[in-house]
Amino acid sequence: MNPKLPIKILVPTGSLGAGAIEEEVRHGIAQGAHAIATDAGSTDSGAAYLSLGISKNNRGSVKADLTVLMRAGAQAGIPLIIGTCGQAGGDRNVDWTRDVVLEVAAELGIRPRIALLYSEQDKALLKARNAAGNITPLAPLGALDDATIDACDHIVAAMGPEPYIAALQAGADIILGGRTTDTAVLACFALMHGAHAGAAWHAAKVAECGAQCSALRFGGSGVLVSIDAEGFDVAPLGIKNYCDVHSVSAHMLYENSDPFLLTEPGGVLNVTRAEYTQLDERTVRVTGSVWEPRPYTLKLEGSSSGRFQTLMLIGIQDPDVLCRVDEFHDKLLATMYERARKTIGPAAGDFHISLRMYGWNAVSGDTPPAGTPAPREIGVLFVATADSQAMATQIAKACNAYFFHYPIVMDKELPSYGFAFTPADIERGPVFEFRLNHVVHVDDPLELIRTAWVDLKEKEAA
Amino acid sequence: MPTVKDVCRHVRSKNAGPYWVTFDLFFDSEENFLAYGNSPALDGALFQRLFGADPALVKRFLIPGLNTVKLSYARTSPQGGMVERDMHCGQQYVRLLDVELSRA
Repeated sequence: MNPKLPIKILVPTGSLGAGAIEEEVRHGIAQGAHAIATDAGSTDSGAAYLSLGISKNNRGSVKADLTVLMRAGAQAGIPLIIGTCGQAGGDRNVDWTRDVVLEVAAELGIRPRIALLYSEQDKALLKARNAAGNITPLAPLGALDDATIDACDHIVAAMGPEPYIAALQAGADIILGGRTTDTAVLACFALMHGAHAGAAWHAAKVAECGAQCSALRFGGSGVLVSIDAEGFDVAPLGIKNYCDVHSVSAHMLYENSDPFLLTEPGGVLNVTRAEYTQLDERTVRVTGSVWEPRPYTLKLEGSSSGRFQTLMLIGIQDPDVLCRVDEFHDKLLATMYERARKTIGPAAGDFHISLRMYGWNAVSGDTPPAGTPAPREIGVLFVATADSQAMATQIAKACNAYFFHYPIVMDKELPSYGFAFTPADIERGPVFEFRLNHVVHVDDPLELIRTAWVDLKEKEAA
Repeated sequence: MPTVKDVCRHVRSKNAGPYWVTFDLFFDSEENFLAYGNSPALDGALFQRLFGADPALVKRFLIPGLNTVKLSYARTSPQGGMVERDMHCGQQYVRLLDVELSRA
């Protein structure tokens, strides 16, 4: 049975694990929400989570949110739709989330039909598609080659709404999607039920970070978007919070390099002519958003793990150093390179050392203007990068005593700076990087996506 | 000449995906937005000087409804790479605050 417009989507939080609030979810359900939808990750926190197949969240916080949302969804009889599971949306990230969901289902005594949407890609298949001219680069990267594909640990394609719609039509109570555009996860249910496409996509963009599109920074976690045949309304789920025209329209800027156009798998959302109206004290209505269909593409994300890093950290309050931080940095760095070369020799390979002067210029690396007052203290982070973890650590050890005692004034007793740990060297692991910024052209939105089911209902019947 | 922080009530920066960085300059009035939003000082050369950006990959958008200017540039080193200092680029806006703005 198709619900009538408007379609109401409850977005409980900006990202699964951030802290869904039970009373907000109850409030949204009481207002007639047709589905609960949220993403569970993004590329924001870097490539490590795709390479390692892990979440940046601890299991407990994801489980706590799933408990609130699965209970509410089951009681109301509405679907729970989660995209980009486990932070990166790789197959292992999805399976990790599935296991938490199964545990919660058992604890709640519910038996949902769970659809798993996998979007991790096979390297040989991508090479063939690339050779056939079906993969094109997005700025600032250039054409894709096989070596880059091979360098990736994992590659995912960011899904659009179609695999979600297919799973909903097949009767899914819970959908756990791999990598998906944030907006597709939130737009899919409204698109499936015939809401205005521009409004559905724009509502999804506005709601993607939960209550961030509202006026009060600490006003709660979630929002409710209501999408009809012409536009959408948005209001926060926290009853003391409110949306205003500025908070909603400004959110289109957030984390988006273009404030008017948002490129999605099957088209572009154009909000150039969108109009924002204050509907009541808490609600903003938006009309005039336009969906412009385009040939279907899926954006690829690939992560690689490269060279290894070992760290050391000291704190310095020595006034002799603090009035000459830049000079101290340059001399210490030269000494570190010299020590590593002298004590390890050619075996050290093409290593790299950097010193980040926290409290002075570590964040930018720029030289502070002349006359900048001396800081009260600084932290110096030593970062050695080498071809193996063992070599990065050997380099750190070669530098240890000099890093600890390096004097800026020669005629005084050797200083000892403040190490915080023993052992002083910390093996940080590999350097993870994203390697792809390309789209693959497809004829069918589902052709690169695999759907699997865990049907607890059927298991019960069997 | 006023600086960015003199005519903006809020300035922020953030990664926009792994390959782009975006800045939002919320001007404090329509008057200042109209006077300085299109300032030649906020050009590709500025981002080249401050962040080593390719001036050809710097984009500027004026959003009159919000009295806001959005500036985006393509990152020059990989997010989280060997020399990373600010994964989310959330601190980069600070280097824009003292930029002097000539009138558009």
